[in-house]
Amino acid sequence: MQQVQDIEIDLLLEAVFLRYGYDFRQYARASVTRRVKSFLAKSGFKKVSEMIPQLLYDELFFEKLVQDMSITVTEMFRDAEFFKVLREKVIPHLKTYPFVKIWHAGCATGEEVYSLAIVLQEEGFYDRATIFATDFNQVAIDKARQGVYRLDRMKDFTANYQRSGGSWSFSEYYHARYDSVIINQSLKRNITFAHHNLVTDTVFSEMHFVLCRNVLIYFDKALQDHVLKLFYESLIHGGILALGSKESLKFSWVEKYFKDVDEKWKIFRKAG
Amino acid sequence: MENFSQSGLEPNMRLQDRDKIHEQYQSVVIGVSAGGMEALSDLLPPLPVEFSWPIIIVQHLHPTQGDYLAELLCRRCAVKAKEADEKEKIQPGWIYLAPPNYHLLIERDQTFSLSVDEKVNFARPSIDVLFESAVDAYGSGLIGIILTGANHDGAYGLHLIKQCGGLTIVQDPAHAAHPVMPRSALDMTKVDHVLPIPGITRLLIELETATRYGNRAGVKTTLLEKTIL
Repeated sequence: MQQVQDIEIDLLLEAVFLRYGYDFRQYARASVTRRVKSFLAKSGFKKVSEMIPQLLYDELFFEKLVQDMSITVTEMFRDAEFFKVLREKVIPHLKTYPFVKIWHAGCATGEEVYSLAIVLQEEGFYDRATIFATDFNQVAIDKARQGVYRLDRMKDFTANYQRSGGSWSFSEYYHARYDSVIINQSLKRNITFAHHNLVTDTVFSEMHFVLCRNVLIYFDKALQDHVLKLFYESLIHGGILALGSKESLKFSWVEKYFKDVDEKWKIFRKAG
Repeated sequence: MENFSQSGLEPNMRLQDRDKIHEQYQSVVIGVSAGGMEALSDLLPPLPVEFSWPIIIVQHLHPTQGDYLAELLCRRCAVKAKEADEKEKIQPGWIYLAPPNYHLLIERDQTFSLSVDEKVNFARPSIDVLFESAVDAYGSGLIGIILTGANHDGAYGLHLIKQCGGLTIVQDPAHAAHPVMPRSALDMTKVDHVLPIPGITRLLIELETATRYGNRAGVKTTLLEKTIL
């Protein structure tokens, strides 16, 4: 029974790749299985394989699947301590360059990009930075660009911000209206949001800092290796790579080209 | 072993288990929430160093809590304990804990995956997420345990374990610091055993020892048959 469903999921992922070019075949399987099953439960179909014809012929149905496959729950200043380390160890290094390019890969709905922008602003470095924020989910990118979030999330975000070493007034960074807030234009002006798929698209060039947290955990080892190579090639010599705190370079050949900047928060400097 | 004298484990329960021993359990998953620190500190330290099944635990914690639970268990247990790493191969003789603020999943090749997906049952890590993926990885070779807690996480996961032929154990709600979680597991599933903590420990030791002994006996028999032929 279980094995049949595995075959069905294989066929579904293959169909999605051949028809639309979105490649989930090398994603960590347990999470994909969960998401496909939850999508199935909402779809009204009984079996995973029954969804395949619908996916092939109905683009809107496929778009819904993409949304479900790319749910990334994020928050501002998630892992407050990471942002503290950014202030203390990464920004001073970046300040040695007159101008820096930053790639935030897998930015989802943008909460973390704006957190980064706030840190840069407070460290007096925002005007010398350009941030490229990318994701493969177009709906998420559009939301990120708007920078509109639910007001009730701000309480947690503010607490995170304060734990991250932020000492300004957090509410200065957004305007509240009804149940929503909108991020200030001044934080957006150096951010370019773009569609980019880590699995199928190519490198960004001459980056000083690449930030990609909690994305690699969804990939299998081979795909992780592929993406890390992408980051390696995108970075300048001496450039910084920041991963999620549970992610590592351990299984990749690129490990030998990076030195630790902060072991706990998985921040590395390209040294070779 | 004196401390197990009040375990409430009836002799006829052991007989039922002997029937199941041939199924070759491979792994133990545990879900625990409020009151978990004490429960785990009672359950795990008596396990002998040679206890070979990996034990994989989701304990609900505040997201900012560190990995001190693994350190604590490491100090108190004969079996080694650690926080589960992404892509880590699950090894016999280890206790693994889900890291705070990540879901822990098990892949078919018996490695760990982590995810930051939305909370399930208001929890991340969620017991249901671990149990559901563990069923895919181990099938009927799985032992699922629900301990003290004040929410409903794990009830569905334990139900799946039972459906797939695994062994299901729930802490006796009358003995649990927080009975809600054991009770909601019992509401959903006709489980194999309802026991206080010492009884669960004893059952695990008995089953694991019997399986190991059974394995050795199996090897011996095969060798013997070959010799005769």
